[in-house]
Amino acid sequence: MIKVIAPGWFSTVQDAGRWGYQAYGMPVAGAMDRYAYRVANLLAGNRRGAAALELTMLGGVFQFQQACLIAIAGADMSAHLDGVRIANWSAVRVPAGGVLALGYALTGCRAYLAVKGGIDTPLVLGSHSTYIRAGVGGLGGRALRTGDVLPVGRLGSAGIGPAALPGELVPSYEHEIRLKVMLGPQDDLFRAEAIRTFFESSYTVSNEADRMGFRLEGPKIPHADRVEIISDALPEGAVQVPPDGMPIVMMADRQTTGGYPKIATVIGPSLPFLAQGRPGDRVCFERSSEEEALAALRLEEQRCLDMQRFLELEECRRLFGGA
Amino acid sequence: MSAAERDQAAVDHAPAIRMRSAGEGGLVIEMGRVIAPRINAAVQHLAEKLSRKRPEGMIEVVPAYCSLLVYFDPLVLSRAALVEAVARIVAGDLEPEVAASERVRIIQIPVCYGGEFGPDLDYVAQVHGLTTEKVITIHRARSYRVYMVGFTPGFPYLGELSERIATPRLEKPRTLVPRGSVGIAGTQTGIYPVDSPGGWRLIGRTPVPLFMPEAAHPFLFSPGDNVRFNSVTADRYREIARQVEAGSYLPEVVSACREGAGV
Repeated sequence: MIKVIAPGWFSTVQDAGRWGYQAYGMPVAGAMDRYAYRVANLLAGNRRGAAALELTMLGGVFQFQQACLIAIAGADMSAHLDGVRIANWSAVRVPAGGVLALGYALTGCRAYLAVKGGIDTPLVLGSHSTYIRAGVGGLGGRALRTGDVLPVGRLGSAGIGPAALPGELVPSYEHEIRLKVMLGPQDDLFRAEAIRTFFESSYTVSNEADRMGFRLEGPKIPHADRVEIISDALPEGAVQVPPDGMPIVMMADRQTTGGYPKIATVIGPSLPFLAQGRPGDRVCFERSSEEEALAALRLEEQRCLDMQRFLELEECRRLFGGA
Repeated sequence: MSAAERDQAAVDHAPAIRMRSAGEGGLVIEMGRVIAPRINAAVQHLAEKLSRKRPEGMIEVVPAYCSLLVYFDPLVLSRAALVEAVARIVAGDLEPEVAASERVRIIQIPVCYGGEFGPDLDYVAQVHGLTTEKVITIHRARSYRVYMVGFTPGFPYLGELSERIATPRLEKPRTLVPRGSVGIAGTQTGIYPVDSPGGWRLIGRTPVPLFMPEAAHPFLFSPGDNVRFNSVTADRYREIARQVEAGSYLPEVVSACREGAGV
């Protein structure tokens, strides 16, 4: 069990998302930064898709009733365990009664706190993810509050212990965010000039940037003629252009369908960098071919596999005293 | 143009199916560019076939008015293989007789019109120079197709509403529309399943829950269902609400052959 002593600014239980119900209007939700979330679970020795806490901007204070292994990844919220600073992108053992305190994000925006065994709130439609707008999933379908108690799943069998992520696998979160996008699905509703504006301009993350979407501000992207389309499904990372010409990148809690043309779609491996963006950060879009997108996806996958191998080797060293 | 006329136009100018990419793991299959029952039925039919076939690496299919989005894992299923699977289904299985044999569910929805439940009913009547009773009669007169479920969990986009009461959205959406509210927007009508912001003109409210996250069947509506509205008094509304609360209310659902030309 984890007791919430201070909930942070906006902390929710998230997993890999509630897939399979978008045909019924159910948003996917899930971790905003899939890479940091996945790494946190790997470090904690969890299976892929175990539920973790997503902490936003200001971390919070958590007490662990039992001794356990925890991992933190993503935004650096200068975590302290019982008053001692612990490294970001690492797993540490927590004694029974241990208190983890996370502060204001020094870099990035969202941190992931995974605990071995996973956060074990009830499954709703196959997922632990919190979707606040419908009050579904996580702890009562809402953000954490002081005094909440989070159940932790039974410990997995993998015997992975404390470890830190090799530096080359740690992404760096900048205030200048370069996002790779593939054009479409409705780039044909924009003239070449508009597409040039989209690629050659720099946009600013506005204050309307949340789990649903990031509204950006900058040079207007004009529509060729129609400013609306017959509503269709909204893919993850879709760059919608509403009538005012300011792009909105659709994120984890996006509604399932929308009526504005989508000039481009941010590729999966790029999206975590936007998830770590904050109001005021600058965003540039870079054109990616499908081949480049697939190469980036393979690289992301390879990094996670490398990490798993690294963690297993570390564990062997620990157990058998050097290889 | 009526729905039937648009259906005819859709057949006359049948555009080739267009495939578009939506990121490395998204495929949009566009089956037309108008809101017409025939195109929408073809979209839902393809979505169902694909979901049933479920090629390895396909994650989810999201049908909309005239297109569907397929989410897939491109490290398992290539876009080319997915496109081929889609093309095979489209070439082989979208024959009119297959669709003609389909049965459709008609779901009866009790609505208490006007008053606090339908704050925009008077406005809609006024704009069209009708009495509120006439607006209710027109709204109840048809059965509506669930073209799409989207926006919030379980929200049905129903078409199509008579032009005689079609009304544009509010210029400034309400920050809170209570769940169960029945609204109209242009020639669409719909029902808000959860409390949410919303810009549709509200003409009534139903006590029937559309989204029950803990239930075995969490969503009342599926794309392709038909919906009919019944007018109930405020007393009957409250009685049904009590039955819903007690878990003893079941909405009336009948199954019938799908109406219309071949679908």
